[in-house]
Amino acid sequence: MKNILIIGATSTIAEAVAKLWAVEGNAFYLVARNEERLSKVAADLRVRGAGEVKIRSLDLNDFSQHIPLVEDAYTSLGNIDIAFIAHGILGEQQSGERDFQEALETFNTNALSVISLLTYLANAMIERRHGTIAVIGSVAGDRGRMSNYIYGASKAMLEAFCSGLRARLCKHQVHLLLIKPGFVATTMTAHLKLPPLLVASVDRVAKDIDAAVAKKKDQIYTPKFWAVIMFLMRCLPTRLFKKLSI
Amino acid sequence: MMKSIHGWGRYPCVDATLALPRTLSHCQDLLRDIRHPLIPRGLGRSYGDSALANTVVDTTAINYLLAFDEQRGTLTCGAGISLDALLQFIVPRGWFLPVTPGTRYVTVGGAIASDVHGKNHHHAGSFSQYILSMELLLGNGELLTISSQQYTDLFRATCGGMGLTGIILSVQLKLMRVSSSNVLQRTIACSCLENLVEHIEMSKDSQYSVAWIDCLAKGAKLGRGILTLGEHAEDGLLHVSSSRAHSIPMVMPNYLLHPLSIRLFNQYYYHKASGTRCQKKKAYQPFFYPLDGLQHWNRLYGRQGFLQYQFVLPKAAGIEGLKSILSTIVSSGKGSFLAVLKLLGQANTNFLSFPQEGYTLALDFKYSPAVLTLLSELDKMVIAYKGRIYLTKDARMDAEVFQQGYPNWQAFEEVRRRYHASGIFGSYQSQRLGLS
Repeated sequence: MKNILIIGATSTIAEAVAKLWAVEGNAFYLVARNEERLSKVAADLRVRGAGEVKIRSLDLNDFSQHIPLVEDAYTSLGNIDIAFIAHGILGEQQSGERDFQEALETFNTNALSVISLLTYLANAMIERRHGTIAVIGSVAGDRGRMSNYIYGASKAMLEAFCSGLRARLCKHQVHLLLIKPGFVATTMTAHLKLPPLLVASVDRVAKDIDAAVAKKKDQIYTPKFWAVIMFLMRCLPTRLFKKLSI
Repeated sequence: MMKSIHGWGRYPCVDATLALPRTLSHCQDLLRDIRHPLIPRGLGRSYGDSALANTVVDTTAINYLLAFDEQRGTLTCGAGISLDALLQFIVPRGWFLPVTPGTRYVTVGGAIASDVHGKNHHHAGSFSQYILSMELLLGNGELLTISSQQYTDLFRATCGGMGLTGIILSVQLKLMRVSSSNVLQRTIACSCLENLVEHIEMSKDSQYSVAWIDCLAKGAKLGRGILTLGEHAEDGLLHVSSSRAHSIPMVMPNYLLHPLSIRLFNQYYYHKASGTRCQKKKAYQPFFYPLDGLQHWNRLYGRQGFLQYQFVLPKAAGIEGLKSILSTIVSSGKGSFLAVLKLLGQANTNFLSFPQEGYTLALDFKYSPAVLTLLSELDKMVIAYKGRIYLTKDARMDAEVFQQGYPNWQAFEEVRRRYHASGIFGSYQSQRLGLS
């Protein structure tokens, strides 16, 4: 039986992963903004075989709540085996270009709030020498592209932070997995026109995440082919890359 | 958000404002703020314009399980969950859907809106007969719990009502016990329509029965086909395989499905089944959902898409009715490789539910203006034999044909008026059919 904390539990990817983990009486502590949706997610997990499911409705941009949240999760679950951080926003590149406050919202939600939570979760797990943290990054963080570099930058910040944190956690038997999805069919991307051949289903991504957490991997691209695409993209010399409009 | 959407036939294709609500409150806000008329949409598996409108409400995010009674086999879920996701949950626990359509990629809400039928209609009836209750969000924002006992008229209008009465939010279903996820399948090759119908009638005791027809076969071979019969196995193996389906990656060129290629396919398919008479064990997916194994198969028909035509002829029309319609199709030369014949049992009391006692034939036609003319001709024949067309497959039927096929349409409209649906819920199809 595992104790699982999911932050951003109403994100499409998090819901799909939670469904895979709702077996064998696993206990959950779910955090998200929308309480109505959260309560339905909790009901769903219980039907599927989860044990205790606690929910907490919170705006994760309220940084003052992070320490109490981590403490409450530990009190409620006893110990945390898996902490899955899945919240984030796409933001709007064009409004962010005009108004920095818009860009700041993306940086706060996607990078800073995650980093704040990681800080306290990491410390708690180091103390107990136990736990796995999984964070959703993005292929967009591999190289800032003209069409979404604000989002990309927020995910790039996460990647650099996770890289160092992983090394620190490693010395204390704590694992950190950075998940880098490509295009996934979720509510976050529903309004975008994406090339159909490149869009993955949530269920496929969820299976990849489940397998990676079980195998205690450090980093995955999901689906795997993005590793090749991003490698090629990173190889492009800057004087060519800057001419692209992707 | 503005999106270009279409039905499964990829005709017509329209631009629509698409909303993706995640909660009941969100749905209620939408009803207040969004432009009317709007239409709820599931996985977009209806073939024509039943789920197309200026404003479309995608319900697929309302996809959670709410309750499951393992002993009684009753399940409550959000209406946006797909039958596939449902089956993945219930099959390993020894339960199945009492009625399932030919694809598992439809939502529960969609299955109700079309009041789908399966390969066992002559025994089990249609999908709505296994709905214990459902929550329907009306045009005025009110949420009602309806069933065959509560708000009966609204229930009868909603089942088969093509989303025109409101947004179905949650459903309580009665499931069917099974001891295996496998099906025992038998196939019988039949040399002509008379032979096929004879075998169908003789095999009435089989749980499941469906026939594929070669609709390019002429003369003495008119209506030759393959009858597939099935029963749930009892081997105690409950398993959901996760093998990945093949997929058609992009829209194929228009010339791919050509009378010649179709004729070749039909020859091959018919002769493949001719030898076999024994029972084969199959997993439930390839038996119930053969086409789901080829994702995006609708792309095979080319850029302009295709038209599905499914009609039912009452028993009184006999084999003559079927023969004359088939002959008309054969002489037009516009057949397809997918032609399915099923025996249907008695109609239920829902206002717009399609099945009635008799034979139903479903056909695909690659889109062309000549096909539209052919289908209008077929409409006249279907109506003359006192049959009707299945709304879920329809993309072009006119109001007159609809009204003649569904005499309860006025009672349906009356219920819609009473429950605040008129003017609020509507699709391009409902407009075409003369509904308010």
